[in-house]
Amino acid sequence: MKKALSLLSIFGVAMIAAFVPESAHAAEGGELTKLGLALGAGLGIGIAAGVAGLGQGRATAAALSGIARNPGASSKILTPMIIGLALIESLVIYALLIAFLLQGKI
Amino acid sequence: MEHFSWFTLLGLDKYDYILGSILVLIILALAGLKISKILSSDDSVLPDDKFSVRTIFEILTIDFLFDLFTNMLGSREKAKLYFPILGGAFFFIMFANLLGIIPGFLPPTGNFNVPVACGIVIFVMYNYYGFKENGIEYLKHFAGPVIFLAPLMFVIEIISHFVRPVSLSLRLFMNITGDHMVLGVFTNLVHYLIPAIFVGLGIFVSLLQAFIFTVLSAIYISLAVAHDADIE
Repeated sequence: MKKALSLLSIFGVAMIAAFVPESAHAAEGGELTKLGLALGAGLGIGIAAGVAGLGQGRATAAALSGIARNPGASSKILTPMIIGLALIESLVIYALLIAFLLQGKI
Repeated sequence: MEHFSWFTLLGLDKYDYILGSILVLIILALAGLKISKILSSDDSVLPDDKFSVRTIFEILTIDFLFDLFTNMLGSREKAKLYFPILGGAFFFIMFANLLGIIPGFLPPTGNFNVPVACGIVIFVMYNYYGFKENGIEYLKHFAGPVIFLAPLMFVIEIISHFVRPVSLSLRLFMNITGDHMVLGVFTNLVHYLIPAIFVGLGIFVSLLQAFIFTVLSAIYISLAVAHDADIE
């Protein structure tokens, strides 16, 4: 099953790679470029935000279970949790910067 | 989206961020002068009754920052030694970010140059403290654990050291700019009640980004001045 799926995906990418250069020659100045830039900007920030949401969810879940076991240590758990969340979020901010740069070129 | 700030009335629109930084420094200098005048009188050990400028700064400095730096740096003497640069970074960035929440001002950290300046200052200073504390053995930090891996580890460590001011400054700049842009877009969409939530988010992000910058700078300084016996 896995081998069939990987084979199918390689075949699909080969099909796309075979047909894209034809239309690149056929398109005028910037149509395909604009499509590529817009898709890149949108998908980039979308995937970054989604995966960062997962990561921050795991960090918050661990912090909450720590607070649930030991409510007295709540403030000592809160500070590293906030630091961890901000560091994960900074990776999304780097992706947002790239998305802005791409979107500015459209 | 056009920006309006009070400085456009004076015609100094291009120098928004320089004038904003000067305004933040004037506010901090005035607060510092007022607190030092209160502290030099006789009964300065007792805290004030009411909620005053001195109380805000005392809560932020003594309760919050000093304990934080003692935890990060390891000892109270080191926290006192490195307090000026870390506390200065915290207060400058916090007041610069909060200046953007007030309608009619643009945050100085929203321009690309100011967070890069903060990042470069922290980078130069933690290397300086590393050389001052450890001497030439500070370069052994770049060598890694085992001596024959040193050439490879040197390149990796140099790259990771140079990424640090880039990441510090980019994180601060993009958080404040993105937050400002989100507020602008939502005010364009719904003119009346909903943007208040984003102003609240803006206050939270401003405080959090100042805190994160300071904590990361403290961690970098503590890594730089750690003696070799402490690492293992």
